[in-house]
Amino acid sequence: MSTIKTTIEAKAHVYGNHIDTDRIIPGKYTKTLDLSTLANHVLEDLDPNFNKIVQSGDILVAGINFGCGSSREQAPLALKQSGISVVIAEDFARIFFRNAINIGLPVLEIGKHDIQKGAKLSIDLKQGIVNDITANKSYKATKLPDIMIDILSEGGLVNYLNKNGNYTL
Amino acid sequence: MGQTISEKIISNHVGHKVYAGELVISDVDGAMASDTTGPLTIKAFKEMGGKKVFNPDKCALIIDHAAPSPNERIANLHKMMRDFAKEQGMRLFEIGEGICHQVMVENQYVKPGDIFIGADSHTPTYGALNAFACGVGSTDLAAVMMTGKIWLKVPQTIKIHCSGKLQDGVTAKDLILFLVGKVTVSGATYQAIEFCGEAFEGLSLASRMTIANMSSEMGAKTGIVHPAGLKLDYDFEAITPDADAKYIKTFDFDVSDLEPQVSAPESPDNVHNISNYEDTKINYAFIGTCCNGRLEDLDIAAKILKGKKIHPDVRMVIAPASQSVLLDAMSNGSMQTLIEAGASLITSGCGPCVGTHQGVPADGEVVISAANRNFRGRMGNPNSNIYLGAPATVAASALEGKITNPKKYLI
Ligand code: SF4
Repeated sequence: MSTIKTTIEAKAHVYGNHIDTDRIIPGKYTKTLDLSTLANHVLEDLDPNFNKIVQSGDILVAGINFGCGSSREQAPLALKQSGISVVIAEDFARIFFRNAINIGLPVLEIGKHDIQKGAKLSIDLKQGIVNDITANKSYKATKLPDIMIDILSEGGLVNYLNKNGNYTL
Repeated sequence: MGQTISEKIISNHVGHKVYAGELVISDVDGAMASDTTGPLTIKAFKEMGGKKVFNPDKCALIIDHAAPSPNERIANLHKMMRDFAKEQGMRLFEIGEGICHQVMVENQYVKPGDIFIGADSHTPTYGALNAFACGVGSTDLAAVMMTGKIWLKVPQTIKIHCSGKLQDGVTAKDLILFLVGKVTVSGATYQAIEFCGEAFEGLSLASRMTIANMSSEMGAKTGIVHPAGLKLDYDFEAITPDADAKYIKTFDFDVSDLEPQVSAPESPDNVHNISNYEDTKINYAFIGTCCNGRLEDLDIAAKILKGKKIHPDVRMVIAPASQSVLLDAMSNGSMQTLIEAGASLITSGCGPCVGTHQGVPADGEVVISAANRNFRGRMGNPNSNIYLGAPATVAASALEGKITNPKKYLI
């Protein structure tokens, strides 16, 4: 049962390099199981307006080392809760990357890009293609390891293990 | 073909020789989660169909990030962890017992040659013990607790060789801050680091933990200190790399002239010699964390503050890394000295490190901290500024009310 849409067309919110997990969701808000509260504070120390302007299905775009810092899964969860459908970055910090896949938030690593704020993007997750419709430019994402594709296509690690009981390569 | 330490440890666990780039499913020797990650771990464990953890003696939960609980919401999460630990027959480290990484090492949940997975980004700390340890998030950890396994890509390794001995008054924290400045916060993403050379060989286990701890600040998957000079109270088999092991990059530094280092806001790699900041006024000095809350850290601070009073415009907070550190610092007199100097002692645990409770700085305030991170908002207030330094630097700065090179108090 896949819960991930494989083609996405939406607007980009663009931020810079090294956005750490404290900026994605400050530590003081992480201690909760009520995940809907996370969305109220997502990115608040970076852009206090974000949670007002983000719309369901929007795309988050960043520079290098997105999600560095803590292992808190609340970071990708907060983004997912806020309606973000996919995160695109030049590259990611490794724990954030794993966490995002595990909770079923697609992430694409596309290297250097010049996607501008507000750009309209269309994304083919299966092929790993990001089309910047506004700038008429296209990017190819780094291929995910097979196990990550399997986890993502089940909608996350919980569903994957529910189905398989264990990891398989 | 020669192997790095990480390649050897993973090979030993999967039963055949593996090299960087290979995808493996490996057995793990231990797993833990804290109160930031534990509740979500438990939720995911149940949702994925988990009934029993793979081995209750190898799994632990630690209440350290917001301990004691500051409000009812967190109190209920703590209760959920206690209930789950009881149900599973696994150990729960209570409030005040200490920071996850410290208690995992003190209680021998991790040993040389192990693969350890922790739901906390500073899990690489156990690289001090010549172990392969990585941080993951809650759902990954739930899967480890359920299956006893993790999927991993065998990492490439960066070798960091440091020759020369550190000068008196210059400590492991200064060395690792210097290295984070050189490698940068994303310089080792997805990769393992091996630390080797004379500068590391004379270091205590506590200092090695400070080094390995901040591998996380370079984005590394794990950071392993070569075992030369490692002393433990039990026998162990050290893992060393082969002479022809392949490294993706090698750094070579002579650190015999290294000065105390300071990381300025708001990134741990914004590191410079302390002389660049020496007149920066501070409001708040903090010693603690999994990076620098151990006995040798409290001892060096006590040595600087003995018989003196901290500056009247400064408050100082001490959070020992564990109860056992606290007891040792009580019996050797360091704690008495620090409190007499004006420091405030709080529960052993993460304390103000992550801004969840306890000791949040005010707007515009400047903190000098022995922690490992100074991101904007890290200590709970995005309008404060955090400088990172060695415990000696924090103590000397508390004394003078401004960032101060501690060397004059130590030699
Ligand atoms: S002391 Fe700070 S860095 Fe260490 S585990 Fe606790 S919150 Fe994380």
